[in-house]
Amino acid sequence: MAAKRITREYAEISESPPSGINVSLDNDNVHKWNVVMAGPEGSPYAGGTFHLSLTLPPEYPFKAPVLSFKTRIYHPNVTNDEKGSMCIGILKSESWKPSSKILAVLLAVQDLLREPVPDDALEAQIADKFKNDRPGFERDAKDAVKRWAK
Amino acid sequence: MDSDDEYMSGLSSEGEDNILQDESDEEGSDGDDFGFEDDEEPEPDLGYSQKDSVKKEKKSFDINFKVYHPADIQTQQDELINEVNMILDIRKEDAAILLRHFRWNKERLIEDYMDRPNKVLESAGLGPSTSGLQLESIMGFTCDICYEDDGTQTFAMKCGHRYCVDCYKQYLGQKIIEEGEAARIQCPNDGCKRIMDSKSLDLLVTADLQQRYHEILTRTFVEDKDHLKWCPAPDCQNAIECGIKKKDLDKVVPTVACDCKHRFCFGCGIPDHQPAPCDLVKKWLKKCADDSETANWISANTKECPKCGSTIEKNGGCNHMTCRKCKNEFCWMCMGIWSEHGTSWYNCNRFEEKSGSEARDAQAKSRISLERYLHYYNRYANHELSAKLDKDLYQKTEKKMIQLQTASGMSWIEVQYLNTASQALQTCRQTLKWTYAFAFYLARNNLTIMFEDNQKDLEMAVEALSEMFEKPVTELADAKLKVDIMDKTSYCNKRRVILLADTADNLANGVWSWGISF
Ligand SMILES: [Zn+2]
Ligand SMILES: [Zn+2]
Ligand SMILES: [Zn+2]
Ligand SMILES: [Zn+2]
Ligand SMILES: [Zn+2]
Ligand SMILES: [Zn+2]
Repeated sequence: MAAKRITREYAEISESPPSGINVSLDNDNVHKWNVVMAGPEGSPYAGGTFHLSLTLPPEYPFKAPVLSFKTRIYHPNVTNDEKGSMCIGILKSESWKPSSKILAVLLAVQDLLREPVPDDALEAQIADKFKNDRPGFERDAKDAVKRWAK
Repeated sequence: MDSDDEYMSGLSSEGEDNILQDESDEEGSDGDDFGFEDDEEPEPDLGYSQKDSVKKEKKSFDINFKVYHPADIQTQQDELINEVNMILDIRKEDAAILLRHFRWNKERLIEDYMDRPNKVLESAGLGPSTSGLQLESIMGFTCDICYEDDGTQTFAMKCGHRYCVDCYKQYLGQKIIEEGEAARIQCPNDGCKRIMDSKSLDLLVTADLQQRYHEILTRTFVEDKDHLKWCPAPDCQNAIECGIKKKDLDKVVPTVACDCKHRFCFGCGIPDHQPAPCDLVKKWLKKCADDSETANWISANTKECPKCGSTIEKNGGCNHMTCRKCKNEFCWMCMGIWSEHGTSWYNCNRFEEKSGSEARDAQAKSRISLERYLHYYNRYANHELSAKLDKDLYQKTEKKMIQLQTASGMSWIEVQYLNTASQALQTCRQTLKWTYAFAFYLARNNLTIMFEDNQKDLEMAVEALSEMFEKPVTELADAKLKVDIMDKTSYCNKRRVILLADTADNLANGVWSWGISF
């Protein structure tokens, strides 16, 4: 029953993608999307290209999708490792609703790159730096982009 | 009967009947209800049964509590809902949602609602209404969840967010079954905080799911109310109500007894730990866990005879050991000579503090503090072990009694004194166990000495009963021994009450002085 919904969501996003975002299916599997996101202008991630993987569980849309960064990123809300797990409000089970859309999720990720949420951090040290030493944080984030996201 | 041949005073240790062991290791889970008939036992009932309308003499360590069975819990909720329904003149489903939002604080809900009804409704997820509650087929409707437009039935709560019934079903199933949610299920619309009410739910899901939903709601009711707690016994569905306040937990040890017989502390939820207060218990358990390495050897089931060195196995709760080989009688706890244990100058329970001169350097000090800890830990752990062994022994004995009954024609009721004795042993050992944790933290003064005297009296009574308990079945059936056991049982219970009452009074009055803080 979810097939119709997923197909339509995919069609809408791939036909008229929001700026800086591209999606494709992983091996024609509608439950596994590859997302390419450009680092938003004005953020320390500008100029970087980030690959993400979006997995829709069998229960989708009654259960939230799972999103992770495949490109390593220096960010308080993304684990700084090869897993690239992330913490984002809309995907938490208490806030995800079946009428929430993937487009909204992708836009929320873009927002998160523009404005990290240090109080909901997965990387405490990075969050600390973000809060207490903003120039240092931006420098480190930019260095990381050069290293991993070019 | 050549019982001298046994390590212990009578029971064979051939390891038969092992199937009966480990029925339930949870200490204290049945240490309740000594089962006296009122007329044969002058001491008031220790069963803490609050159901008795005529409450017997209340002891200073008893606290008030009430046991709620599942039906009572439902009734309590229904009554509150009905009251709010009448006073505020709102639907029962909405009254339920409001009450849950206010964690069942009816007074505060009514007050706030009277002040600002719309704000209260909004924050509880009962915002303005736009439509009625029914299933509808609407031409040309596309469901925003599944994107289907095949004209199936649809539904919307009062917020007007309409989806097809199939999507509602899946959504509710996901929330209730997978996430265990009930009281806070919101409208499926992204951003809508409207709470799913039970009437809407009943329209949408199967009876199974409705039942599960209501079970979870009931659970939330107990968890939301400060003075209610679930009985922690496995498979028990009852809840206990007790008005004890957190700030009073240093003055009272609130042991409650569920109708299922499980006795536990309302303050911290672990099995009855009177006379020790919750904070002390927490600290003690942490210490035991941290020092488990050091203390491990203690809980061993075998030791060597202090006289001839042969291996002695403990297979009953009793501490009076008789070496099979050299006939030496000694105490399992302190390895001292048993005959001296009955005398007034012998103290197996008291730790003799060494004089300060011996403990000049730090190393000696730390050795003494370890010895002191081990003294108390030993006795604490031993009662835990003995309670289990006593229980195993009782089960073996019971089996033999049944055989004996069929052979001798004695009735079931006539051997119940053994059950009563076994339960008294369990409860007294549970108390004794915690007296050692308690004593570990006490400073040495007159009150402590009185406490240790009470502790010793209870120790001796319990050991005597435990020893009788280990007599072979043929002797147990003897009328004289039966009377002795019954007398000793009631004496043990009496000593326990004295010890607990004394300790509780001092705790309530804040007069204990502690040598080690907790
Ligand atoms: Zn639908
Ligand atoms: Zn809604
Ligand atoms: Zn219970
Ligand atoms: Zn407690
Ligand atoms: Zn010996
Ligand atoms: Zn001893």
